Amino acid sequence: MKKVKINWSRFYLIAVFILLYLPIFYLIFYSFNAGGTMTRFTGITLEHYQAVFSDKRLIGIVLNTFMLAFLSALIATVIGTFGAMMIYYTRKRNYRNALLSLNNILMVSPDVIIGASFLIFFTFLGLSLGFSSVLLSHVAFSIPIVVLMVLPKLKEMNDSMLDAAHDLGANNWTVIRKVILPSITPGIIAGYFMAFTYSLDDFAVTFFVTGNGFTTLSVEIYSRARQGVSLEINALSALLFLFSMLLVAGYYMISQGNLTKSQKKRRKEHREAVDSL
Amino acid sequence: MTTSKRFYSIPYVLWLGLFVIAPVLLIIYQSFKGIDGQFTLENYRIYFSSSTYLRMTLNSVFYAFVITVIVLLISYPAAYILNQLKHKQLWLMLIILPTWVNLLLKAYAFIGLFSAHGSLNQFLSFIGIGSQQILFTDFSFIFVAAYIEIPFMIMPIFNALEELNPSLISASRDLGANNWETFRRVILPLSMNGVKSGVQAVFIPSLSLFMLTRLIGGNRVITLGTAIEEHFMVTQNWGMGSTIGVILIIAMIAIMLLTGEKRKKGGRRH
Repeated sequence: MKKVKINWSRFYLIAVFILLYLPIFYLIFYSFNAGGTMTRFTGITLEHYQAVFSDKRLIGIVLNTFMLAFLSALIATVIGTFGAMMIYYTRKRNYRNALLSLNNILMVSPDVIIGASFLIFFTFLGLSLGFSSVLLSHVAFSIPIVVLMVLPKLKEMNDSMLDAAHDLGANNWTVIRKVILPSITPGIIAGYFMAFTYSLDDFAVTFFVTGNGFTTLSVEIYSRARQGVSLEINALSALLFLFSMLLVAGYYMISQGNLTKSQKKRRKEHREAVDSL
Repeated sequence: MTTSKRFYSIPYVLWLGLFVIAPVLLIIYQSFKGIDGQFTLENYRIYFSSSTYLRMTLNSVFYAFVITVIVLLISYPAAYILNQLKHKQLWLMLIILPTWVNLLLKAYAFIGLFSAHGSLNQFLSFIGIGSQQILFTDFSFIFVAAYIEIPFMIMPIFNALEELNPSLISASRDLGANNWETFRRVILPLSMNGVKSGVQAVFIPSLSLFMLTRLIGGNRVITLGTAIEEHFMVTQNWGMGSTIGVILIIAMIAIMLLTGEKRKKGGRRH
């Protein structure tokens, strides 16, 4: 009886995995299609990959997108880390909760609202739309995720270390550099990773605040997809998928090193309990 | 500590003021401006007296509801089974991995799968049902939206199930409950928090996925997000766009209160 149940659940899970991965592998499969469409496979070719690498404009857009992600994540990580410290050291409970709620507004807001309100904001300021407005927006929506990644690390930190450092004559900057930063580094790295991928992935916000001169990969794919199927996009998506795999592998390794002791213990207990069933 | 701390947090405070508070105030302010830039209540009057806008809003909420229910029905069992696997963190990463593939690329894949001569139609013709119009229908929009949101529902439910203290399950079994009773009386109530965060994470984006309505829904489905995009980027009627934006914000707050409030009650009851 038990064996049958297990098989069914495995079957279900496999179906979910197939559903999740089918479109992605479908895209990659047709990136090798010699015929020009995504419907009839006529033979294997690498010409679409060649097209990607010889498309100067597309390469430029990819570089733009990565530079934007790199820069915005860097700025967001710096601001977000100090923001997390500020929230953590806010003693008044109400005030701290208010800060946290404000921090989370951009996490829960729909992209369309963020994009539209930033567009109004930049127009209000008289800022021209382009790289700077996109960069500012990406920094803005990445900061809260960095804060949320760093805060738990601050909570885990042993506060008596800070007191000890102060007693031993360290000034504030030394305390931050030698005690606080090393103990929250895993959170900062995770925050940077998340901010980076948020920026890479974003479409809706960028779509609103980008002018005519600057475009990112998502916006470009959107405008190309509206014109119809081009296998160049498939080839590009295959390359991006590979890149995502590498990022995820890196992130997985970081997050495994990142588990707290209590999580590990709970996990072990749980595994034993499941095994004993 | 205090003075230097204040110094370091200046960018963060600036960010809060400029990019969190100011935009919300600006979108509310803009919603009271007519096409000619005058302060007016006209946008709200048009919105509430137009059957088109009201029907669009109802439709949008209805679509989001259907998408959320479908995603929940698929995700809960998946999260539950996932949680019993040996290398579950690795499998969870594999569930999350597709979310790292750009949303537009996934939508693009479905254009190929669902199009008139696409693979699904070839399959339907092959088994004798014949070619159907799949792309640009309500079905395709709901399907693709649900597809995209599944990982965002699985994650919080998975986390809630993982936090669950295994000794409670053992206790339930020791007290003679069978699998179903244990699930219904112990596991399901204790994982409700995960379900609620999942519903939040799915419902709100479903109201605002404007690129899917364009690429997959073929402009037949109009959500609040599509209407906002239309007013801002096409007709340039920012006032009306902001008014719909305010409606969307209210819908968002409503769903947060709805799922948040119950959480507290639930916590007290159990």
